[in-house]
Amino acid sequence: MVTVEFLGPIGKEPLKLEITSLEELSEILKQDETLSSWLSNSAVAINDTLVKDKSVILKDGDKVSLLPPVCGG
Amino acid sequence: MNKLQLFDGSLPVETITNGWYDDFRLSNYGAIITFVGVVRDEDGIDGLSFDIYEPILQSWFDAWQEKAKSLNAIVLMAHSQGDVLNHTSSYIAAVCSPKRRVALELIDEFVEDFKASAPIWKYDIIQGKREYALDRSTAIDGAGLLG
Repeated sequence: MVTVEFLGPIGKEPLKLEITSLEELSEILKQDETLSSWLSNSAVAINDTLVKDKSVILKDGDKVSLLPPVCGG
Repeated sequence: MNKLQLFDGSLPVETITNGWYDDFRLSNYGAIITFVGVVRDEDGIDGLSFDIYEPILQSWFDAWQEKAKSLNAIVLMAHSQGDVLNHTSSYIAAVCSPKRRVALELIDEFVEDFKASAPIWKYDIIQGKREYALDRSTAIDGAGLLG
């Protein structure tokens, strides 16, 4: 089971999904209309490390986080 | 002392900056440069509000500390979570370095990268409601992987 959390202003409860890849996650999240505007501008972290490669294999217990555009200060 | 400090609400600026000065003035740093960000009254806002994702903020900060260390410097930072009213501070960054030039250059890079990469989300407070400041926000490098 992989936990998917949505940070900051996305404002969506975490999901628990049986998935093994970011490709699969992308397909699932694209079906959610409330997320459509966030997928193109959010960065992705796996277990709190940012990733840039969609081919990463997800393991049971992994946490995937979506980070929308930031503005500290 | 924790070099990255998070506070609920406005920052106690004098306590933080005086504390850093007291902690590091005896460490033979010739330059201590502090940047204090103050919330401005503009566009009818009462203030700003912030969400922070601490695990990635800490790793971002740790990477900066390593970079500073390679230049014999250190970086310091304080940031608010939650609501910060106009004319108070939400963000302080500092660099301590033996050399003035290193500190001046590093504080510029540190603050700019903070703006582009630190996992902090800003909202305007307007009539008691939080409105995400999307137009002033920056997508993190590598964003759009799932789009």
